[in-house]
Amino acid sequence: MNALLPNLLAQATSLPSIAPEGGSAWMPPQASGHAAEVDAVFYFIYWVSVFFFVLIVALMVYFVLRYRRRVEGELPRLHSSHSLALEVTWTIIPLILVIVMFYVGFRGFMDLANPPGQAMDIYVTGQKWLWTFKYPNGHDDTELHVPIDTPVRLILASNDVIHSFYIPAFRIKKDAVPGRYNKMWFRPTRTGEYLALCSEFCGTQHSDMRARVVVHEPGLYEKWLTDVSDPFKTHTPAEVGALLVSRRCSGCHTVDGRAHVGPTFRGIFGHEVGIKGQPSVIVDENYIRESILTPSAKIVAGFENVMPTFKGQLKDQEITAIIEYLKTLSKSPEERSP
Amino acid sequence: MTTIDATSPFAPPAGDPPVNYLTATRGLRSWLFTIDHKRIAVMYLVSILTAFLLGGIFALLVRTELWTPGRTIVDADRYNQFFTLHGAIMIFLVLIPGTPAALGNFVLPIMLGAKDLAFPRLNLLSYYLWVAGAVLAVVAIALGSVDTGWTFYVPYSTTTSMGGVVPILTGVLMLGFSSIFTGLNFIVTIHKLRPPGMGWFRMPLLLWSLYATAIMQILATPVLAITLLLLIVERLLQLGIFQPGLGGDPLLYQHFFWFYSHPAVYIMILPAMGVISEIVPVFSRKHIFGYDFIAMSSIAIAMFSFFVWGHHMFVSGQSTLVATIFSLLTYSVSIPSAVKVFNWLATLRGGSISLRTPMLYALAFICLFGLGGLTGLFLGALAANVHLHGTYFIVAHFHYVMMGSALVAMLGGIHYWWPKITGRLYSERWGQLAFVFVFIGFNLTFFPQFLMGTHGMPRRYYNYPPEFQLLNQMSTVGSYLLAVGFVIMAVYLLHSVFAGRPAPANPWGGATLEWRCASPPPTHNFDSPPPVGDPYDYRDLVYNPRSAGYVSAARPAP
Repeated sequence: MNALLPNLLAQATSLPSIAPEGGSAWMPPQASGHAAEVDAVFYFIYWVSVFFFVLIVALMVYFVLRYRRRVEGELPRLHSSHSLALEVTWTIIPLILVIVMFYVGFRGFMDLANPPGQAMDIYVTGQKWLWTFKYPNGHDDTELHVPIDTPVRLILASNDVIHSFYIPAFRIKKDAVPGRYNKMWFRPTRTGEYLALCSEFCGTQHSDMRARVVVHEPGLYEKWLTDVSDPFKTHTPAEVGALLVSRRCSGCHTVDGRAHVGPTFRGIFGHEVGIKGQPSVIVDENYIRESILTPSAKIVAGFENVMPTFKGQLKDQEITAIIEYLKTLSKSPEERSP
Repeated sequence: MTTIDATSPFAPPAGDPPVNYLTATRGLRSWLFTIDHKRIAVMYLVSILTAFLLGGIFALLVRTELWTPGRTIVDADRYNQFFTLHGAIMIFLVLIPGTPAALGNFVLPIMLGAKDLAFPRLNLLSYYLWVAGAVLAVVAIALGSVDTGWTFYVPYSTTTSMGGVVPILTGVLMLGFSSIFTGLNFIVTIHKLRPPGMGWFRMPLLLWSLYATAIMQILATPVLAITLLLLIVERLLQLGIFQPGLGGDPLLYQHFFWFYSHPAVYIMILPAMGVISEIVPVFSRKHIFGYDFIAMSSIAIAMFSFFVWGHHMFVSGQSTLVATIFSLLTYSVSIPSAVKVFNWLATLRGGSISLRTPMLYALAFICLFGLGGLTGLFLGALAANVHLHGTYFIVAHFHYVMMGSALVAMLGGIHYWWPKITGRLYSERWGQLAFVFVFIGFNLTFFPQFLMGTHGMPRRYYNYPPEFQLLNQMSTVGSYLLAVGFVIMAVYLLHSVFAGRPAPANPWGGATLEWRCASPPPTHNFDSPPPVGDPYDYRDLVYNPRSAGYVSAARPAP
C-alpha cells in the first residue's frame, strides 16, 4: 500500500483541534492576514469595556458602602437630581468612543470584503452535513488545502439549507446560502492544520459538519493537489474507495458494523437486505450504484430517507472504487489479508 | 395589623379586613371573565411564571446534554428540539409579555390614579390570545415538536420534517396580536387617563418606558405577523416566497424577521429599564437623577431600534455598504443605554441606600446589563462581528441582556410590587439567599460562554470539541445553581401568600401613586383621584416603625 493512503486515512479520523496552541487569552492562534487586525479590534473594545465595567461596578460598590442606610427611614445626604454638564459629558464621551469602534471595525471589514485581484478561487459547497471544495483544476475534495501566503477566495454556495463557513484561526465566516453565491477571502500566514466549522444551524449533524484546513509550505500544495486529483495512478480501486468512504460517507455510515444515520458498510456486499415497502434485495454492484445516485429509490428497512444524491459529485470510476472497497468489507479476515 | 396606617385618607375604617380586588368577588368565573386589570395581571403573572418553569426545564435539559461532547442524555434531534423550545418559550411566552403584561398591567393604571386601562375587555382578549399561543406551543410539542431554532430560518423551517412547525408559528402569531393589543391599550391609557396635574414629565419613568415599548409593539409586531403568515403559507402550499428552490429569497425572510425581532429585544429590555428606574430611587430615598434624559433615552431607544436589524446579517451576504450603515446605526443605540446606566449610578450617590431584595436585583441589573451592553459593542464592530457571529459569544451576550437584565429586572419588579399585589410580605432573608444563588449561578452559567465563543465554538452545537468540556461543565453547574435559586424563590413567595405578614400600604417608601392605595388595592383602586405630586420626591414620607411602612407626614394617618 502506498504510504500516502494510511496517512490520509489516519487524518480523516482525527480532526485538528478547534483552538490549537499559540492563541491569546481570549482568541485562538492567528493563522491568516485578517487575524491580527480582527484581534486588534477585539482587544481595543475589550480594554475600553474593561475600563467602563470596572468604573461602573466600583462606583456602585463605593456608593452602596458609603451611603448604606443604617436605620430604616434614614434621610439621604445629598439631593442632587440633575446636572446638564454631567449628562452632556456621559453622552459625548461614549459617543466618541463608539464612533472610533465603528471606524476600526469598518476598516477591518473592508479588508475582509475586498480580495486582491490575483486571488486563487476555490468553490465551497455546503450540504447537510459536509463541505465540498472544488479546486481550480476541477478536483473535488472534502478538505481545504491552501498554500501559505497566497490570497485565496472562497465562493460559497449551498445545496439545501443555509450553512455558514467558519475558520476560527483565520477569523473569517460567511453564510452559504442556497440560490446565491457569497464570497470571502483570506491569506494564510501560518502552516499547519486548522478546523473549518458550520456556524449556522442546519439540523441533526450540524455540530459534526467540520472540515480539515491544511496550510502547506511553499511548493507542497501543488504536489498535494496533483497526488489527490488522480489517486488511481498510485492506488488500487479498493484503496481509493476506502479514502472516498472515509471522506464522503463516514458521517452517516460506519465500516465497523454499527448502524448510524444509515446502515453500516461492513458485511453487506453479497448479502440480502430488507427494503422499506419493497421486496428485499441482494447487495450487488448495481444496487450500490443506485443507492449512491438515487438514494431514495430503495430505503433500507429501519432507516429514514435522508441521504442526498451524489449524482454529479462522484465519477463512475470513484463509484467503482467504493464498490470494490465495500467488497473487501464483506470478506472474512483470512480472505482480506493478502 | 390593619390598613389604618395607609397613606391614603380614603382607607376603610379599622376593624374588618377591608375588601380588596382579590376578595371582592369569589369563584372561578369571577376570575376567568374579569375585566379588572389587577386580576388579569395576576393571571398573566401566574401563566408567564408557569411558562418560565417549562422554558427553564428545557434550558436545564440543554445544559445537562452539554455536560459531555456527544451524547449525554438524548440524541441530536431531541437536543435540537430542546434548545428550540427553550428559546421560543422564553422569548415569546415569557420575556416579551413578562414585564408589560404582568407587572405593567397591574401598576400602570394605578400609577395614573385611574380605575383601569382604557380598554378593559381588550386587555382580557390580550390575555386569552396569550393563552391560545401557549396552547398552540404545547400542541406543537405534541405533534412532533420543532427543531428550527426560535428564529425559524428558511429554508430549514420550510423543509424540516418535524410536525410542530405550523402550530408553533400560529402560536407565535397569536402572541403577536396579544402583544399588539397590550401596546395599543397602554398608549391610549397613558394619553387619555393621566390625572389632572400629571403632565408627561411628571409621569413615573416606568410609564415612559412602557409607552416607548408600546410604540414598538404596535409598529413592529405586525411585520412579524405577516412574515409568519407568509411562512405558514409557504410551508403548507409550497408557494415561493422565501424558499430559493421555489423562487423565493431566504435573506428576505431574515430581513423581515429581524425587522421585528431586533425591536423585540428592546420590547424586552425597555420595560426592565423602567422597573429599575423605579426601584433605584425608592431604595436610595433620593430623587431620580436626570429624569428628562432617562425619559428621552427610552424614546430614543425605541426609535433607533427600528434601524439596526441588519446587524444580525453581517455575514449573511448582504452588501458591504448596507452592513456598514447598519454597524454605524447599531452604535447609536448604545448611547441612550449608557446614559441610563450613568444616571442610575448618579442616583445612588449621596442616597440612603437600602439593600432590600428588590434593590439587590436592581444593582445586579446594573452590573449584568453593563456587561451585556458592553459585549454588544464587540458585535457592532464589523470586523469583530465576523469572528464572533453565530458563536457562544452571542449566546452569552444575549443571555446577559435578556436573562441577566430583562428577567432580573422582572424579578426585581416582582419583589418590589409583591406586597402591593398580594398584600403580604415575603421573608427578606430567604429573598437575599435566593438572590445570591441567582446572581452567582447566572454568572457561572454565562460568563464561560464568552470564552467558548471567542475561541470559536458555534452556538446550537450538540457535539463540541473536547477542549471546551471544562467551560461547558462550569456553565452546566451554574445553571443548576440558578435552578436552586428559583426553587427557593418559588417556595418563599408561595409561603408568603399563605403565611406572610400583611403588608403595609407603602413598605418601601415609594412616592408613585400605587403606594397610596391599600395593599392589596380595592377593585377600583381609588375612590376619587389622588393628589398628584413629583413621583420621585420622598421628602414628606416618614417611616412608621409600628406598621413597618412609610406614611405621609403631610397627611398623617387618621
